Amino acid sequence: MTATQPTAAPGTEAGEQPAVTGPAVSGGRKAQGDVRETLYFALRNPKVLIGLVVVLGFLLLGLLGPLFLRHAPMDYAGPPMAPPSADFPFGTTTFGQDVFAQFVAGLRSTFLVGLLGGGVAAVIGMTIGFVAGYRGGLIDELLNMLTNVVLVIPGFVVLIIINAYLGVRSVPMQALYIGIFTWPWVARAVRSQTLSLRSRDFIDLARLSGVGVGTILRREVAPNMYSYLFMTFVLLFGGSILTAASLDFIGLGPTNAMSLGLMMNQAVQWSALHLGLWWWFIPPGLGITLIVGSLYIMNVGLDEVFNPKLREM
Amino acid sequence: MRGYLARKTLVYSLTFVVAVTLNWLIPRLMPGDPVQRMVARAAVQHPETIASMTDYYERTFGLDLPVWQQYLNYWAALFRGDLGTSVWLFPAPVSEVVLDAVPYTLGIMIPAILLSWVVGNSVGAMAARSRWLDNVALPIGYLITAMPYMWLAILLAWGFGVALGWFPVAGGYDFGLVPQWSWSFALDLLQHWVLPFLSLFLVALGGWAIGMRNLIIYELESDYSNYLAALGAPKRLIRKYAFRNAMLPQITGLALQLGTILGGALVTEIVFAYPGLGKLVLSAIQNQDFFLLQGTLLFVVIGVLLANFVIDIVYVLVDPRTRTGLTGATA
Repeated sequence: MTATQPTAAPGTEAGEQPAVTGPAVSGGRKAQGDVRETLYFALRNPKVLIGLVVVLGFLLLGLLGPLFLRHAPMDYAGPPMAPPSADFPFGTTTFGQDVFAQFVAGLRSTFLVGLLGGGVAAVIGMTIGFVAGYRGGLIDELLNMLTNVVLVIPGFVVLIIINAYLGVRSVPMQALYIGIFTWPWVARAVRSQTLSLRSRDFIDLARLSGVGVGTILRREVAPNMYSYLFMTFVLLFGGSILTAASLDFIGLGPTNAMSLGLMMNQAVQWSALHLGLWWWFIPPGLGITLIVGSLYIMNVGLDEVFNPKLREM
Repeated sequence: MRGYLARKTLVYSLTFVVAVTLNWLIPRLMPGDPVQRMVARAAVQHPETIASMTDYYERTFGLDLPVWQQYLNYWAALFRGDLGTSVWLFPAPVSEVVLDAVPYTLGIMIPAILLSWVVGNSVGAMAARSRWLDNVALPIGYLITAMPYMWLAILLAWGFGVALGWFPVAGGYDFGLVPQWSWSFALDLLQHWVLPFLSLFLVALGGWAIGMRNLIIYELESDYSNYLAALGAPKRLIRKYAFRNAMLPQITGLALQLGTILGGALVTEIVFAYPGLGKLVLSAIQNQDFFLLQGTLLFVVIGVLLANFVIDIVYVLVDPRTRTGLTGATA
């Protein structure tokens, strides 16, 4: 959903072979040694390392943080409008709620939305892309049409309508709906890569040996694109987080949980801007920016790891 | 070229039907009864009044008809330009309310989209050229794209509006003014426009710059670039060709990004209380005015489809392959 689709995506749209295809397709089957080699380069790539450290840091804070907090996110815990202090590291809201407690709880929702929303979109997009690319013919035509239709519908708009009608909203449901509307570009990219793999000798060999379509896709086609699929998932993860934040901000966030978008919604609604309560609206946005930005930068690093041509070593 | 446009038209017509059907279907699939909710809002106790109100609403919204007839009526009303009546601004028709808000949204969206595309592409092309600029521009670009639209808007509103006081932070024009054709009003309008425009522009900028940089690097590695270099062509010329080739995916990218940028415009308007479609969506949600909400959003969907179509036509003009019927853009 964001402007930064993987390097391959824009090229694919124009029907040209994308840059990323190179390593993914030419790799052949990954042996044990390849995995070790990938890890070796990944852990020595500063972009991957920095991205990983930031994302994992926030993940740990979200997972472990609530265990050490004395207040629930919505509790009226302290003096209203208190600036950051030792007791309240991120200060308090107009109502005396602990901003840090809200932030930590919001991180959990953020990661959940990213994981579920990105996961749903990845599964739908990859399935459709694999099947359309491998089967070809009428199935391809139909799936392609479906992809194009969903691609042009502004998904965010449909999400607004769906969420507006839902009385009770939960983070997993929100993630599910986000996933349902963000898969099309994945389907397109995966389809074009599958197309180029379909005519390879080893696929023919597998077909001759009589195994089913599902097995060929799973055991022969997908492993050759693992690196690309992984990077796609990372982008979907970030995109889901941003979409969810926008929905939450409009006031369509979870009704039974805290989220970073909801914090910004409340901050603006209770005029934190005019009261100068910067500690209320800076942390949630900064958190999202750092998480999603780190994911993007990590992806650039991963690209270098998977594609030896781009390595600087 | 005719085949290309025919295929595109088919996709867009189909998308339009699907979008309208979804718009009609979602409220009927969702739990809860909107009529009951509206009656409850009126807070009347008298059972007879409740009965007659329920009856009235059901007849007004055509809910007493068979489902297929409701669906057909929905289409018929749509073609008459009738999007229903706003409950919040009763008795204003939704289409009128929407049309009042549209100029504000277009006013920040169109300049932001076009400028960010042009500037982003040139920055990206420059970044692909110099190592130094690349090392600076790339991380900044990624951070900007990773920013939630409303957060940048909040930061700008707080920094330039509240703290520095350079620009107003709320509304489309000063609350003390009456809309009119005068210089002072135009100036005031412009002042209110700067910050929403800027935040939309900045977030979109990063994505284009990064995309262009990656595409140029890819094009410079391709056979035709190597061949030109081997022939001894000047670097400038090779770059020019690479830039032109990289433009094509960026045009398609523009079509694909419209929905996202639009979502960004909606939340940006909410931050600045800018009187466009975003604020309308917010008010509709807060007042549970589903007619207004759906009418606004349907309008938005149609707008996106039309814009996509325009971009496709531009693509035909730019990419000769679509004209000669060779593979160009896939439908």
